[in-house]
Amino acid sequence: MQLDVRLPIGAMFLIIGLILCAYGLATWSDVELYRRSLGHNVNVWWGLFLMAFGAVMLWLTRRAAARTPAGRKDAHE
Amino acid sequence: MPKALITLAPVDYLILIVYFLFVLGIGWALRRYMKTSTDFFLSGRAIPAWVCGLAFLSANLGAQEVIGMAASGAKYGIMTSHFYWVGAIPAMVFVGIFMMPFYYGSKARSVPEYLKLRFDEKTRAFNAISFAVMTVFSSGISMHVLALLLEQILGFNYHMCIAVSAIIVLVYIVLGGLTSAIYNEVLQFFMIVFGFVPLVWIGLQSVGGWDALVAKLDVVATSAANPAGRAFAEGAWTQSWAHMYSPAANPMGVEWFGMAMGLGFVLSFGYWCTDFLVIQRAMAADSMSAARRTPLIAAVPKMLFPALVILPGMIAIALHHELGGFLPTDDKGATDYNMAIPVMLARFCPAGLLGVGVTALMASFMSGMAGNVTAFNTVWTYDLYQSYIRPGQPDRHYLRMGHVITVVGILISVACAYVAREFNNIMDMLQLVFGFVNAPLLATFLLGMFWRRATGNGAFSGLVCGTLAAAVHHGLTLPAQADWGVKGGWLCGGHVVHTYPVDMAQNFWAAIYAFTTCFVVTIVVSLCTARNKTDDDLRGLVYSLTPRVKEHGVAWYKQPATLGVAVLVAAVILNIIFW
Repeated sequence: MQLDVRLPIGAMFLIIGLILCAYGLATWSDVELYRRSLGHNVNVWWGLFLMAFGAVMLWLTRRAAARTPAGRKDAHE
Repeated sequence: MPKALITLAPVDYLILIVYFLFVLGIGWALRRYMKTSTDFFLSGRAIPAWVCGLAFLSANLGAQEVIGMAASGAKYGIMTSHFYWVGAIPAMVFVGIFMMPFYYGSKARSVPEYLKLRFDEKTRAFNAISFAVMTVFSSGISMHVLALLLEQILGFNYHMCIAVSAIIVLVYIVLGGLTSAIYNEVLQFFMIVFGFVPLVWIGLQSVGGWDALVAKLDVVATSAANPAGRAFAEGAWTQSWAHMYSPAANPMGVEWFGMAMGLGFVLSFGYWCTDFLVIQRAMAADSMSAARRTPLIAAVPKMLFPALVILPGMIAIALHHELGGFLPTDDKGATDYNMAIPVMLARFCPAGLLGVGVTALMASFMSGMAGNVTAFNTVWTYDLYQSYIRPGQPDRHYLRMGHVITVVGILISVACAYVAREFNNIMDMLQLVFGFVNAPLLATFLLGMFWRRATGNGAFSGLVCGTLAAAVHHGLTLPAQADWGVKGGWLCGGHVVHTYPVDMAQNFWAAIYAFTTCFVVTIVVSLCTARNKTDDDLRGLVYSLTPRVKEHGVAWYKQPATLGVAVLVAAVILNIIFW
């Protein structure tokens, strides 16, 4: 079974989303920083979106692995 | 060190590092699956359709696409979408439904190998050599543009950018072969989409939404200070077909016939249907059905990409016209439209999101480079090395050659990048020659696949004459206000037989002349020469001799024909909406 491409995609966007979100929360009150994005704290909401996307990709990876013969055998045991 | 347009914060570097680690990690995770040359060059033909589809699209998402299309969006407005809705979608549907059965079903390992099976060795050699040189050269151009851009916008060192991008692409391809390139292209696809979506959203908000953007672009169109330097009717920047009745009525300087035939037929079908760089992704699919669906799946996001890459250019020109000085000037004092995306990133993205945007920019360049390198190493190993230099060696030998030629290909790309930096005219000249070679290819493939009487001598003669026709056309014509030389007119010392409004129109018509010449010469020579292949030889290679592909067990909505019709209908609707 070759690597499922959704695993690295999900993991990467989960991490990048987490970094963005954490940075957005840490700079929540920095009005000057978010003047560029018209006052929106884009780091928080885009970070949340990327985390959600990453989580969905990881869930799809897990579901696909469970459907393989090896995955079904593991679940049965 | 040049003054940087953008200053990255530590959080931006952190995002860039995370991306690089995952790119290299994919290569590392795949290295143990690379046991045979088929694994390395063809992904063992085991990749699902959706992965191949996104890679098919992403391999084409190089520097030209992201930076170039945004610049065209600023210069020509929504008419740039013709490169997608006319210049890509019909060809992608055609290759998926009609041509993939021959590429995939013939078990050819590359496009030049298909030409050998269908025609003869000399036709294959002509295509393989020109393609191998062209891909490694294109990879070098991509590397040069990336390094130049990063030097310009981030103040990075040019040599360091070349070294880092070359080493990263080299490592992940040597470790994981085509599979690694395809997986990374999918990763890069999502990175590009997620990097530019917020940029477009904030940019659109800043101009007051779509209706306000249309109003601002109408002001641009009716002003003599627009990128074309003369006033047009309202809507010239926001309507794609309404101003195509005459070259003088639109900023692109092209009329509807040249657009539909030159771009929509010859150039787009020539690229999407015959270029091994993209076809290789579909040939890696895990079944015939998946191979046929690959370009059709790719066509869906391709249709929507104008919103990501053209719209930022349109927003940039609206702001540039309104505020003045939004876009910087180049060395000659002219507005630098290539800076549309970087300026938008600098203007609208705070630290954090800026890291995602810059990473998306890096991803687009690297996917273009890796696509060229994997196509080059396959054509070199299978079509040149195994066929003419060292035939009959064990498979392990060709796998090792794949590793070696990947390193060599990257080194030649680096050399090309430095040549491009020092001698811009040489690169223009080489790109011109490649254009001559590519223009007639479509006629050869169409006749090869749909006319069993076409012979090897006919195909080779057609290719040579088509290439000469493109060169002669270029030598006898010039775009308006251009000096003769690299731009054309070199056969008559500038006393040209025809002057085109812009060089794009010259390119479109060169393709039409080359295609027509190749088509006619191939037919005439084929009828005058004996067939070199029997009907049995051509089974699986020619439409009339190949049983129709039956998609057993595939749901109706997953059938290539259904997908193809849906994609074409959607493309027509988009053309009507933005008519």
